[in-house]
Amino acid sequence: MADNSFAGIVLACACSIFAIVLMILVILIVRSHLTLVQFGWKFFTNQAWDPVSGNFGALPFIYGTITTSILALIIAVPLALGVAIFVTELCPRPLRAPISFLTELLAAIPSVVYGLWGIFVLVPLIRDVVGPFLAKTLGWTGFFDGQNFGVGMLTAGIVLSIMVLPIISSLTRDIMLSVPNSQREAVLALGATKWEMIRIGVLRNSRIGIVGAVMLGLGRALGETMAVTMVIGNNPQIVKSLFAPGYTLASVLANEFSEATGDRYLSALIEIGLALFLVTIVVNAIARLMVWAVTRGAPAKVS
Amino acid sequence: MSTQPFNSQPIETRRKLARFNRVRRSATNYVVGGLSVLATIVVLAPLAAILVYLIFKGASSLNLAFFTQVPAPVGETGGGMANSIIGSGLILMVSSLIGVPIGIAAGVYLAEYGRGTMLGNAVRFTADVLNGVPSIVMGIAAYSLVVVPQKHFSALAGGIALAIMMVPTITRTTEEMLATVPHAIREAALGLGVPKWRTTLSVSLRTASPGIITGCMLAFARVAGETAPLLFTAFGNQFWSFKLNEPIAALPLQIYVYAISPYDEWHRLAWAGSLVLIVLIMASVTLVRIYANRGVLKGGS
Repeated sequence: MADNSFAGIVLACACSIFAIVLMILVILIVRSHLTLVQFGWKFFTNQAWDPVSGNFGALPFIYGTITTSILALIIAVPLALGVAIFVTELCPRPLRAPISFLTELLAAIPSVVYGLWGIFVLVPLIRDVVGPFLAKTLGWTGFFDGQNFGVGMLTAGIVLSIMVLPIISSLTRDIMLSVPNSQREAVLALGATKWEMIRIGVLRNSRIGIVGAVMLGLGRALGETMAVTMVIGNNPQIVKSLFAPGYTLASVLANEFSEATGDRYLSALIEIGLALFLVTIVVNAIARLMVWAVTRGAPAKVS
Repeated sequence: MSTQPFNSQPIETRRKLARFNRVRRSATNYVVGGLSVLATIVVLAPLAAILVYLIFKGASSLNLAFFTQVPAPVGETGGGMANSIIGSGLILMVSSLIGVPIGIAAGVYLAEYGRGTMLGNAVRFTADVLNGVPSIVMGIAAYSLVVVPQKHFSALAGGIALAIMMVPTITRTTEEMLATVPHAIREAALGLGVPKWRTTLSVSLRTASPGIITGCMLAFARVAGETAPLLFTAFGNQFWSFKLNEPIAALPLQIYVYAISPYDEWHRLAWAGSLVLIVLIMASVTLVRIYANRGVLKGGS
């Protein structure tokens, strides 16, 4: 009797996780009903964001979110791979744990502190040093045109890259550690150099998992709110230059949600939340499946 | 490289090619090794930069007033963030009261009942996916669920938003920790005629409790710095408030408000607030790490 009720309670709590997801989904759909009906799919292709006349489109936010996230991945992925390779294959044993720990400390710093640091340290640095240098050397690409205020897509991308790095590197490290040692020994026995061993024996075997880890990082970058809001400049526009201020799905919510007047305005914002929810769910689901496919059953623990 | 087959070439060319290959391969090896060291340094640099800035800019602004006073009005110097620290504490208490029991119970289900079943895998997968949902979405959910019906912002709404974020993390760590408990211990209890629920509570959970507490603290540290879901649930407050159904101040929220303000005095407080927040979070994470590395978690005894 007691056994059954205990099992019932823990089962109910386990199912509450489904309930939470379902509840969020239902709430978001119901509360964004107004704009869902009014704009339909056009909501996501419309460039205008005009609360006064009631014309809402999410395209500038989608553009900003995708640009900053991709920029973050371009910066973070090679670095994260480098750290993972160093920690698992090259670094002296006593250094392993401290370095992993320090990179994970990066994940423990709250978003708002990254934002604060971004505003007062990174923004001036981009404005006065990095920006002019990029404009001079890579100005011909058109990505570094126009006025550089320090706040903008580039700064947001850099802050994001710091924030997603620990996720990607720690997962990649776990995945690489789950490659059996016999594999490494086999490649080394054929006369490979250390790098060839890593490339052929380790990276090739864990590539699905690494792609999964990168996608998990992407999921994080898509939804990151505070730090981005504080350094991206918050201007709904689509401009090629990375110096230009932009806006992301998450930061428009942070900025405008509590002062949204009128049902339609609020509904449009909640629809943006719905889009964010669905996209991150899909990205995370695919990423998890990929990571699981590789690490299942393997001891994924640093020594 | 030549297009002709290697073996058909004169011996001198073959030797040269072989030597070239050897040099190229070992050079690549060294270059990649160097790059990975460089990457590690580049990654650790921002961490050092952030910590150094926090200490230099934050420590000079920490004083007694910071911990005892409410924010000063614009234009006046002084003031502190005492109400934010208390507010954060209240919100975190609410979220822990809701999130910890649900999370642990769900973890117990996964480890003790749902192992290998379809439902168990589905719960585990959903928890992992929920973990990656942006926190601001939780804020909207809590806003619609609590703030709209009540018609005002409240500490309770903030606590609920953070609780939703804690559940999946705690569930997964609880499951992992319970999985490290040896089966023999459970079997011993069951063999003595102890009912399964009692075994789970007094034997499995108790054995795994250091790890589970660790997991709860990590989840706690993670949500302690969350700002986005509090923007439109707890909303912030410049005065003392101890009521759960009123808007309340929170440390991360106040840091955000100060950071984007145009006043130097407020920027100073933002740095100080961040330092306090980071010290609290890092202290709990580091303690947990040291504790975990002592092997308390490994054998589970």
